[in-house]
Amino acid sequence: MVNMNRRQFFKVTGTTLASSSLALLGVAHAPAMAEVRQYKLARMKETRNTCPYCSVACGVLMYGLGDGAKNAEPRILHIEGDPDHPVNRGTLCPKGAGLVDFINSPNRLKHPEYRAPGSDKWERISWDEALDRIARLMKDDRDANFTERNEAGTTVNRWLTTGMLAASASSNEVAYVTHKVFRSFGALAFDNQARV
Amino acid sequence: MTNHWVDIKNADVILIMGGNAAEAHPCGFKWVTEAKAHNKAKLIVVDPRFTRSASVADFYAPIRTGTDIVFLGGVIRYLLENDKIQHEYVHNYTDFSFIVREDFDFKDGIYSGYNEATRKYDQSSWDYELGEDGYVKTDPTLQHPRSVYQLLKQHYSRYTPEMVESVCGTPRDKFLKVCEMLASTATKDRAGTIMYALGWTQHTIGSQMIRTGAMMQLLLGNIGIAGGGMNALRGHSNIQGLTDLGLMSNLLPGYLTLPSDSDTSYQTYLARRAHQPLRPNQLSYWRNYGKFHVSLMKAWWGDAATPENDWAYDYLPKMDKQYDMLQAYELMDQGQMHGYICQGFNPLAAAPYKAKLLRSFSKLKYMVIMDPLVTETSEFWRNYGEHNDVDSSQIQTEVIRLPTTCFAEEEGALVSSGRWLQWHWKGAEPPGEGKSDIEIMSSIYQRIRALYEKEGGAYPDPILNLYWPYSNPKNPTAAELAKEINGRALVDLRDPSDPSKVLRRAGEQLSGFGELRDDGTTNSGCWIYTGSWTAAGNMMARRDNSDPTGIGQTLNWAWSWPANRRVLYNAASCDPTGKPFNPRRSLVHWNGKTWGGADTPDYKLDEDPANGMGPFIMNPEGVARFFARKGLAEGPFPVHYEPFETPLGYNPLHPENKLAVSNPAARVFEQDLAMMGTVENFPHVATTYRLTEHFHYWTKHVKLNAILQPEQFVEIGEALAQELGIAHGERVRVSSNRGYIKAVAVVTKRIKALTIEGKTTHQVGIPLHWGFVGLAKPGFLANTLTPSVGDGNTYTPEFKSFLVKVEKA
Repeated sequence: MVNMNRRQFFKVTGTTLASSSLALLGVAHAPAMAEVRQYKLARMKETRNTCPYCSVACGVLMYGLGDGAKNAEPRILHIEGDPDHPVNRGTLCPKGAGLVDFINSPNRLKHPEYRAPGSDKWERISWDEALDRIARLMKDDRDANFTERNEAGTTVNRWLTTGMLAASASSNEVAYVTHKVFRSFGALAFDNQARV
Repeated sequence: MTNHWVDIKNADVILIMGGNAAEAHPCGFKWVTEAKAHNKAKLIVVDPRFTRSASVADFYAPIRTGTDIVFLGGVIRYLLENDKIQHEYVHNYTDFSFIVREDFDFKDGIYSGYNEATRKYDQSSWDYELGEDGYVKTDPTLQHPRSVYQLLKQHYSRYTPEMVESVCGTPRDKFLKVCEMLASTATKDRAGTIMYALGWTQHTIGSQMIRTGAMMQLLLGNIGIAGGGMNALRGHSNIQGLTDLGLMSNLLPGYLTLPSDSDTSYQTYLARRAHQPLRPNQLSYWRNYGKFHVSLMKAWWGDAATPENDWAYDYLPKMDKQYDMLQAYELMDQGQMHGYICQGFNPLAAAPYKAKLLRSFSKLKYMVIMDPLVTETSEFWRNYGEHNDVDSSQIQTEVIRLPTTCFAEEEGALVSSGRWLQWHWKGAEPPGEGKSDIEIMSSIYQRIRALYEKEGGAYPDPILNLYWPYSNPKNPTAAELAKEINGRALVDLRDPSDPSKVLRRAGEQLSGFGELRDDGTTNSGCWIYTGSWTAAGNMMARRDNSDPTGIGQTLNWAWSWPANRRVLYNAASCDPTGKPFNPRRSLVHWNGKTWGGADTPDYKLDEDPANGMGPFIMNPEGVARFFARKGLAEGPFPVHYEPFETPLGYNPLHPENKLAVSNPAARVFEQDLAMMGTVENFPHVATTYRLTEHFHYWTKHVKLNAILQPEQFVEIGEALAQELGIAHGERVRVSSNRGYIKAVAVVTKRIKALTIEGKTTHQVGIPLHWGFVGLAKPGFLANTLTPSVGDGNTYTPEFKSFLVKVEKA
């Protein structure tokens, strides 16, 4: 074998004529490889998803690091259109093409936060503190304002003093469980983006 | 969409009106390009602006925002006058021959039964005349003066090309050219489709605009056929799913409706909804309402929903009125609403009249935010200078903000505009401590439930008895929920005609809504989704993209509601003997014994169409309606009303009637009405819209998109710019009676001044994507300007037509 250091080795094998370079190395028995360097995405995990923006619902392929091992946190590094998808056939618009920047936006929320009455700032709180407080506020409001019967004496069982807006980019499963829970409280002021 | 994205390739004529697909739905618009390239299709765009869709159209016609009913009513008149209708279709599949009640009336812009004080109609006269047999009377000769055909013809007789030119500002020759192109699809071998979006929805007469488009399509025989339909291009990735699942003040999943105070018993509730046929031998599919409803109650309250308690009827809240967003903000402003939860929703940016929203939110006791991103709503209490000039110390609202996962960090199904339920998979963990909305909602529920167990409180039964069979009660899996949405057998289901035969074992997933029962032996969280996760597995995750007929029907890709049907009303693509009108583009057909073809037939599978069953099986008439009966708040035939902020001050079709200037049945509150501007102070007509580089108020947080469109701008025409002395790139101030924004002026040839009722009228374009948080340059929320008034049916605000004044900043 020709004597060369590691840097020289990469330099040679990195040329477009990989097969002849390998011949130079004296190991050219395997089938020719017509690539300059290994395609980076090939070593990443591919996950199928759909674009969260408009309702064309383009198929997207997300490429991430992390092999599922306990200490390897998956992180999405690249997103492109799914060529198998019958609607978008691999294409994406200027919004879909920027999806990876949405996932990794510096303006993603990271912790539960609390803004006290009259305050001009957020305070970081724990999930338990946040959820306990929400449950307390909702239950107290419901107990104080629930209407069991209307003026005519008909059973109406409604709670009108807390309202909710649901997300129309959330999944069906989120939507379903949200509806199931919120309606069980007797709430009526309940809408999603379809209203606007 | 009645049809779906790929099916657009089958169209011969495409009308984009009330939308701008090339910009807002670019990858779906590709199918328009496909139709043009391979089907010689012609694209027509009608829009106030020469949009990106218009730039690739075969024909473009301008229109004044808010006047689409005049335009489309004019098309209907043209089709009737010139006999450009699909006769066999219209005569057999619509209510043309039906007789309307004698007391029905329409006088100078107002229908019979109007109450000015309540802004509502008594709709009892808006109906068909019934014979002694209980069926609607008909006159197949169409000569009866009260036949729907005669009433329709008379109603639109005044929507002449001259009227269109004067009210819409569309030159007469351009309007007639559009009529001619659309009319070419009245033949059996040609298909025309309409693609629309919020440019139709966001008007006080939005529902009626859409309906006028649908009526035009019926005349042309374009509903139910490949390359046809009424195609709403929905704006959010799962806005269709959330609507299907009933997350609206008045709905339950699957377009079931909440009971109102007057539904004093389950029996009354059911009788009003389980419609019986109005003509002989009609399927009238809603008569199965009880099966869908009882299955839902079993999915929500399990063993606590029994025949004895009318399937937990009292667990459902009863409505005394609508509690839509506009009503919610009115209640907050009056101090009658104390808490507000925003899950992935940014109402300060997305709802009209920002000043009122700020006032309303500031009166809340508490607000809860769940979102992957920072939103303006979550920081409404924070001072951002001119863009959000508030005094934090004066706002006593407690705000709790929770970080959630985004699409890449969760699995589940989203429903596309074409009604496809597509499963997606999780690829990463959320940053920081983010949690999924499923876990958050379940955790809140578990805590409130525990509080009721411990402390008692107001009517705890529906909370304590909520059916919650999930393996981790604080975090059900998407699969568990998806299976519950589909539904399963609760006991062995036996064949009613042969009880020895078990059709479905207890616990097995159901394969379709035909298996649902009203005796409590099945459950299903959303009947129209039954079939999405069957005993064979997750149908929504299927990825076979083959299209064996070449007509664009990939039946094994994902799953479409209802029943994996891709084109709604597809039996209307066949003549009354079940033969396709257009054999070249056949969706389904009757083979003498059964229905079959390239799609799941929208019909009773073993029914010979010669027996007269209509293809509109959800309607008790079996046919499609020109006469909407009591279906819409404003009346059975669409009427043009001016936007609430009108540049005219009168309705050119009913100039003498003050009641008929703007929608007499619109959603409006007194104090909001008082805030409407007039043309004397705000002389320019404004409309809002999206840009292709941005998605609402999200992508200003996304680096790439913040770079592509960094700064807020408004579009004004050259004539207006010259009149006001504004140069391209200068800053302008745009104000309405509710506030102002400042932005860069883009002076463009894309918006031309129109002549309306003899006067020059300028239109102003206001893209909506900026706000006071994000990576893009800070800007003003466009909804600072918009009026708080809604459509009479959907209560959707009038974001697309209002009055402003443009001046140098």
